[in-house]
Amino acid sequence: MTVLVALSLTLVAIAGGAVVLTENPERQAVTYSLLGLALGVLFLVLQAPDVALSQVAVGAAVMPMMILLAVRTMRKDQRQRRDEEDS
Amino acid sequence: MSRRVRLVVFLVGAGAVAALFAVAFLAMPPFGRTQHLYRDLAVPAAVQHVTANVVSSVNFDQRGVDTFGEETILIASVAGAAALLRPAKEETERRPPDTGRTLEATRLVGYLMLPVTLIIGVDVVLHGHLTPGGGFQGGVVLATGLHLLYVAGSYPALDRLRPLEVFNILDGLGAAAFAAIGIAGLAFAGSFLTNIMGFGSFGQLLSAGTVPVLNVAVGLEVYAGIVAILAKFLRQDITVVSHGDAQEDSE
Repeated sequence: MTVLVALSLTLVAIAGGAVVLTENPERQAVTYSLLGLALGVLFLVLQAPDVALSQVAVGAAVMPMMILLAVRTMRKDQRQRRDEEDS
Repeated sequence: MSRRVRLVVFLVGAGAVAALFAVAFLAMPPFGRTQHLYRDLAVPAAVQHVTANVVSSVNFDQRGVDTFGEETILIASVAGAAALLRPAKEETERRPPDTGRTLEATRLVGYLMLPVTLIIGVDVVLHGHLTPGGGFQGGVVLATGLHLLYVAGSYPALDRLRPLEVFNILDGLGAAAFAAIGIAGLAFAGSFLTNIMGFGSFGQLLSAGTVPVLNVAVGLEVYAGIVAILAKFLRQDITVVSHGDAQEDSE
């Protein structure tokens, strides 16, 4: 059990580091999703299946989706502003 | 506020938080022990109310008011997203372009997983008082599952299946149902969110009193809320164009 906890904690640390080291926000959504999955595994190993379920559903699916959509919306806005300045 | 003052304010605040954390951690029971004060109180209370999943009993029975607060946060964020992402004056909506660039494999897996995910979502909501899960988790599964329709390649299909106005209303209805059950507790038993329904017998679908009912209310609210937030983002991204941008191909 301790080995499993240590393993999944390491996994979370690696995934968290990957999120911090990813600079492009779109790619960060993907690494963030992996971090969500790793946290889900950790919570499951720590015998909290309810929290693990929320973590996987929110952290691995909904949040990355919202990050991607928010980044796209902002990019579109920036592009429009640049176009207006050019013309 | 100058940079220097801000830094000082931050350092004072961060120092105080660090000190409080240190004090709190030093007073915490050690990790991984068998004695657990909270468990010794929560488990008998859950058993008394015939709730097989103790976590659900804690969330919806023993500290239902906290959960009600969390629901309100979701409603507020839906309203916030709606206000921020509404089409601005110089923007108009148009019909989304047909993008037929989805891989056949993605399409197949998307359409195969769609019904499976929706059934799992409903199952997680309905069995929240018996097995791990509940309204929140199930609602999120339902909301993401529905978006497999978009991933599988058809935004128009998704758009037809989730009329935004209906989902805005469903979101409010879910929260209102939660409040109504709480007020019923206040009216019949003297305090907000008292578990007033019959408890039934262990492990049955109809047991644990108001817990499964609250789960369904939360499931509805979370499902509708997340679908509504994502719908607003998607609409902003796909169908709204600003004037002068219309001839440009959207990705």
